[in-house]
Amino acid sequence: MATGDLALGQERGALSTNPRVINDFSIIVATVNGSGSQSANSVLLKSIFGMGVPVSGKNLFPSNIAGLPTWYTIRASKDGYVARKRGSQILVALNPETAKQDISELDAGGAAIYEESFNLKQYRDDVACYPVPFDKITAAICPEAKLRKLVRNMVYVGVVAQLLSLDLSVVESGLRKQFAKKQKVFDLNFGAVKAGFDYAQQNLTKQDPYFIERSNQTAGKIIIDGNAACGMGAVFAGVTVVAWYPITPSTSVIEATTDLLKKFRVTPEGKATFAVVQAEDELAAIGMVLGAGWAGARSMTATSGPGLSLMTEFSGLGYYAEIPGVIFDVQRTGPSTGMPTRTSQADLLFTAFLSHGDTKHIILLPGSVKECFELGYAAFDLAERLQTPIFVLTDLDLGMNNWMSDPFVYPQKPLDRGKVLTAEDLDRLGGFARYRDVDGDAIGWRTLPGTRHPKAAYFTRGSGHNDAAVYTEKPDEYVEVMERLLRKFEKARKLVPAPVVVKDGTSKIGFLAFGSTDFALRESLDQIKAGYGLDVDYMRIRAYPFAHEIHDFAASHERIYVVEQNRDAQLASLLKLDLPADQVVKLRSILHYNGLPIDAATITEEFATKEGL
Amino acid sequence: MATATPAPKLNHIGLPVIEYRGGKSTLCAGCGHNAISERIIDAMFEMGVEPERVMKMSGIGCSSKSPAYFLNRAHAFNSVHGRMPSVSTGAILANHTMTMLGVSGDGDTASIGMGQFVHLLRRNLPMIYIIEDNGVYGLTKGQFSATADIGSKLKTGVINDLPAIDTCALAIQLGATFVGRSFSGDKKQLLSMLKAAIAHKGTVMLDVISPCVTFNDHEGSTKSYKFMQENDEPINEIGFVASFDDIEVDYDSGQVYDVEMHDGSSLRLRKLLEDYDPTDKANAVRTLMEAQEKDEILTGVFYIDTQKPTFIDLLDLVDEPLATLPESVVRPPKSALDALMTNLQ
Repeated sequence: MATGDLALGQERGALSTNPRVINDFSIIVATVNGSGSQSANSVLLKSIFGMGVPVSGKNLFPSNIAGLPTWYTIRASKDGYVARKRGSQILVALNPETAKQDISELDAGGAAIYEESFNLKQYRDDVACYPVPFDKITAAICPEAKLRKLVRNMVYVGVVAQLLSLDLSVVESGLRKQFAKKQKVFDLNFGAVKAGFDYAQQNLTKQDPYFIERSNQTAGKIIIDGNAACGMGAVFAGVTVVAWYPITPSTSVIEATTDLLKKFRVTPEGKATFAVVQAEDELAAIGMVLGAGWAGARSMTATSGPGLSLMTEFSGLGYYAEIPGVIFDVQRTGPSTGMPTRTSQADLLFTAFLSHGDTKHIILLPGSVKECFELGYAAFDLAERLQTPIFVLTDLDLGMNNWMSDPFVYPQKPLDRGKVLTAEDLDRLGGFARYRDVDGDAIGWRTLPGTRHPKAAYFTRGSGHNDAAVYTEKPDEYVEVMERLLRKFEKARKLVPAPVVVKDGTSKIGFLAFGSTDFALRESLDQIKAGYGLDVDYMRIRAYPFAHEIHDFAASHERIYVVEQNRDAQLASLLKLDLPADQVVKLRSILHYNGLPIDAATITEEFATKEGL
Repeated sequence: MATATPAPKLNHIGLPVIEYRGGKSTLCAGCGHNAISERIIDAMFEMGVEPERVMKMSGIGCSSKSPAYFLNRAHAFNSVHGRMPSVSTGAILANHTMTMLGVSGDGDTASIGMGQFVHLLRRNLPMIYIIEDNGVYGLTKGQFSATADIGSKLKTGVINDLPAIDTCALAIQLGATFVGRSFSGDKKQLLSMLKAAIAHKGTVMLDVISPCVTFNDHEGSTKSYKFMQENDEPINEIGFVASFDDIEVDYDSGQVYDVEMHDGSSLRLRKLLEDYDPTDKANAVRTLMEAQEKDEILTGVFYIDTQKPTFIDLLDLVDEPLATLPESVVRPPKSALDALMTNLQ
């Protein structure tokens, strides 16, 4: 098959008077959910990636099974920007319900590819129109009527590939990867891609300026979503007991984890060295996590806001009884059910103090898929070292969308299973007190149930206890344990992942942010430099409690902009509780909380307004 | 001539009964729960269970305090109200080589904990689940629980007008594989039932009527000592012979029902209720429902199934505890990550 010949060196229409725009534009694909457009979108994304062009994809989908409008945006960026960007230049309109609205929102000078019968040309004379008879093309190549709905989407991939000058062989190898080992499915889908490609070549005249040209910016990179990366982190941390309850947008963390456990953790005899339990609710899920953590297994759950609310009670127990466990929270908008398929960073403050009574939790905040993996496995070491639940907060944007990344690096250090006494240790020591600070690090030694020693047992309880784990209502004994817990939290400051200094120069202005806000903020800093000549500093926070570097950063800047995706300035609020009073006055907030991922222009505009630029 | 103190009786693993004791009870004198703790000590001792190989679980309430009063040498987890099942599930998954015994109450199980309780039953989780059932909330001073019988009277004169949840009927229907009811005052029956429970593999659900001497032991209560002594109707007499007891069991038919347990022990149920078959699920539920309608309190082993796979069987776990698998088993090698990365390029 001479696919290369088809893709390259074609005769192009000369209607466009604009200069060519190479590797720098956004595509929006409008479909209905449940139509199987996901794999077509993914193939297109990976094809652009395969051309060596930095790319990111975002799925904007409804909380619904089938039939409601869904949009997928693909951003190609020669500058490597992967955040959401306002506006799109290329539209693929396949949903009759939204087609008129979709084309009206397209940038002037853009290109619209649509089902012929929609007749969208009447609405815009400032965009290039490419009507395509998708149904006819699909019917011709797919005799089986019930498969046509799925195959139809692949036709658009072919049309777009031809119009953008994508190399068909790149699309082919992407498809082959997607349908590995399913030759028939591959044949059908590639047939659809080719049919679309051929149709465009024979019937459409290029009138828009947008092209993909081969580059080498993605060599050695991978594409993965944050949830899969979290699952990978958990598996390479040796997770053994997984308990969960389905909830968007965290479900795929568990799916990824389970797939990998089945792949790597079954003995030659077919026995499992892991347990995955779909629990009856989130209360039970975290109960199982703590039960397993108490008995010595590495355990985890994954959830989102409403599930985290249900985990409140057990989170307090985990903190007070000092039981390891890892909770991934893929944040979506709240309060209450909120918008389940929209992103947010609004669980931070709630998680920090999750429980009644005096409670403080350790939170890790990955800012990329690579960190979903790295902080994912680090969470398990920290949980066992510090004997406490560790919360890993990501969000829907990071978790459910595809991101480019450097390949993940295998953990350098062996597992840290924390302070556990064996029967031999107990022989030597003659006994132990579970919650006694014998090492001056505020962390007691524990034993695991089943340790064969008469002095191994202790009584775990969420009620008041002294340092020997004995029930108490004595004021001084209660206070002693609570103060040690506070010292342990202080110790965590030094053990949690340090912040990333993205830039720390001589600017009086500093930015602080966490998580997926990073992508837009980095782009915004370039805009601020280009637009206003300001070279501002930026530190990305990766954990709570805040490391001392964050205090230093605050101290060394005059004005600090805290950028986050929630209404209530939650990171700024936590910082205000932590920083000395003279630093608190430096904080100002840039907030974004409409359910869409934050974009660079929003930050830049807000910053310029606040600075009076 | 000096008389030597007689050596304490040792069980078949060489431990005296004192090694099975717990701390001093802080429950009321005469509380049924204390008698149940004593029977647990006796049963574990007589069965020769290694105390360090037991996990004691509980929720919240008077009953849930009681794990502190037996088996000091066993790890214990006093969790949160109504959540013993989930914590137990996690713990047994982490180490399924352990014997797990949980103590809950009627409020902890049948009200706040109902959601987790029914799912534990469905999974046939290998554990002994004891409800110390007094029909009343003790620590909050005497409110009805969901197992209080209709028409039962509080000390304050309040009459319960809601039907009782029969936890045994529920357990049989939902998948527990050893279900019985006993009375804290019936030493012999409770001890035999507990010993058989220890020999069973799967969820053992025992509802033990355990009178609250402070809030529910008066005239008009259906969970009082007096009421139970007058109305306890055993459906079978339980004979249990442990596998290590060198006693020949002759399996005769007729009025006894013999069950061979997983560990080789044998359970003999002498029928007191005519033709009662403890393997007939539908009949067991019907018998309990009919008894409830007639205000009868049946006790005994209502249902047993020694064949049904446990949750551990369904998950097909390795024999050794998951908790202590070495890093070489739980962390996939570098080559595994490298292959995944290549595939994502």
